[in-house]
Amino acid sequence: MKILVCISHVPDTTSRIAFTDNNTKFDTKGVQFIIGPYDDYALARAIELKESTGATVTVLNVGLAETEPTIRKALAIGADDAIRVNAEPVDSFFVAAQIAAQAKAESYDLILMGRESIDYNSGVVHALVGTMLNIPAVSPVMKLDLDGNTVKMVREIEGGTEQVEAAMPLIAGCQEPIAEWKIPNMRGIMSARTKPLKVVPPVAVESGVKLQRFELPPPKGAVKLIPPDKVEELVHLLKTEAKVL
Amino acid sequence: MSDNRPKTQKQDLFEHPDFYEVDALLTEEQKLVRSTMRRFVKKEITPFIEDWAQRAHFPAELAKKFGEVGALGPTIPTEYGGGGMDYISYGLIMQEIERGDSGLRSMASVQGSLVMYPIYKFGSEEQKKKYLPRLASGELLGCFGLTEPDHGSNPAGMTTRFQDMGDHYLLNGAKMWISNAPHADIAIVWAKDEAGVIHGLILERGMEGFSTPEIHGKWSLRASSTGELVFDNVKVPKENKLPGKTGLGAPLMCLDSARYGISWGAIGAAMDCYESARRYALQREQFGKPIASFQLVQKKLAEMLTEITKAQLLAWRLGTLMNEGKATSAQISMAKRNNVRMALDIAREARQVHGAMGITGEYSLMRHMMNLESVITYEGTDDIHLLILGQSITGISAFKG
Repeated sequence: MKILVCISHVPDTTSRIAFTDNNTKFDTKGVQFIIGPYDDYALARAIELKESTGATVTVLNVGLAETEPTIRKALAIGADDAIRVNAEPVDSFFVAAQIAAQAKAESYDLILMGRESIDYNSGVVHALVGTMLNIPAVSPVMKLDLDGNTVKMVREIEGGTEQVEAAMPLIAGCQEPIAEWKIPNMRGIMSARTKPLKVVPPVAVESGVKLQRFELPPPKGAVKLIPPDKVEELVHLLKTEAKVL
Repeated sequence: MSDNRPKTQKQDLFEHPDFYEVDALLTEEQKLVRSTMRRFVKKEITPFIEDWAQRAHFPAELAKKFGEVGALGPTIPTEYGGGGMDYISYGLIMQEIERGDSGLRSMASVQGSLVMYPIYKFGSEEQKKKYLPRLASGELLGCFGLTEPDHGSNPAGMTTRFQDMGDHYLLNGAKMWISNAPHADIAIVWAKDEAGVIHGLILERGMEGFSTPEIHGKWSLRASSTGELVFDNVKVPKENKLPGKTGLGAPLMCLDSARYGISWGAIGAAMDCYESARRYALQREQFGKPIASFQLVQKKLAEMLTEITKAQLLAWRLGTLMNEGKATSAQISMAKRNNVRMALDIAREARQVHGAMGITGEYSLMRHMMNLESVITYEGTDDIHLLILGQSITGISAFKG
């Protein structure tokens, strides 16, 4: 079985967010980059499937050379090889088209990725790739098990869960608790050095979306503390000051 | 088990300071080693350590977890189960573990530098194959017996001896202040033969006449287990002698490797104290403003960051010399002494920044401070390292008879 895990290269969740170039570019200065946390769940589940079934795991990232440390980390965690599509991931459609192009060439049984990346959070890449390849795409997947050629999944839906089944090949957008994040070990880090990382040029894609500018949310105002025995005052302030009641 | 449940809900926010962009001197792989160990420490150590230290509980199960992540014997070649890594990666692993706790770093560095290293360097092929993979995985825990009750800074005066009885050796004597001893499966013991020459012997738990009583009541390294090694007519098989090297130089080579690791480990403890003080100073208000706005608090933080930065550069340069096989014992002494003293001073200053809160287990300062009182004494005291440097400068030993 061949598994493809698509990983995004995103700022650490504790990063301070700022913009440059007249608020049109994310400021990467001093920012630590990590594997997208949802993608990290997908990778962890893929490694578990590799351990239980002997599947091969390929990781794919659409990004410039600076994403290679993130890709090496995925190899250290246990992926067998990697592909980097050498291009800036400008939008979801562009990224999906690159993934679809690579997947077509290699015919993977299972394509796993996070339910969304945590930088731009569009959450549509899995569905777009599914459409482009004409195979099922399921998200957000909290549990994923194999039963022969059938994949049994549990999706999170509003107020509950939904159990779905589909035949491979398919795409799943993953989230917790599908697997526990894996910490690489030192042997994994050392062996990642020699695992193949193929750099390929992007396919030409016409992008229909143009970014105008970013805007930070307004800074949080001061917090007013009301003692627990003054409920009336709290209600009064919520009505008159906050105007939410 | 209750021991595995987090004892604190406080989030571990630690990120290392890097004022001089020392990170630019590290390879991507070394940075990945560090971030991996940091994640490991945040998951396996910091949620529990205050409780372990308060109860003087030795988390023996951590040895296997250290083994899984690859923190035991990182520089030992992979064919023997080690990591095959460079010395800067090893240093960063020690830094991150000691950021969690000096006692747990002691557990890992004794195993790597004082047990696996001598077996790898001085052991026979059979000894390497028999012990190293099981030590690397944490299946076996080891300890190192050099110090004796009456011979600390002067190990050459040791009185532990063995006699050649034809088909075995007969070992008598005692060792003291031995990290890991009460839980160790094997011990590397340094003892004199009939001619007074020092050899290394591998002892296994269960050998008749060999016991490892624990030392209780420590105010330092409370999550580490410390004990004695007592040898009462222990029959040691002849194949358990390390054949590769004799004389005091053999254990001193092990100590060089361990002291090198400590010079990095101490930076971790110092960074933890500094980061805690910086955060606390910005949050804690007195006289209507954060205490970080007061000059004397800023002075403390500025001095801490300066000393940490100097220590980082010292350790990094020493690491490159280690990788090239060029580091001298005197260079290692300088880094061990400087960095541990620096960390102890920072722990004390950081405790002051935290005021009364600094004496509680809510913060790591007091634990680091008490731990570092051991670290500044073991593996060569502060004074002895000064005198090793003095000897290196003048050619005259001020401590040998």
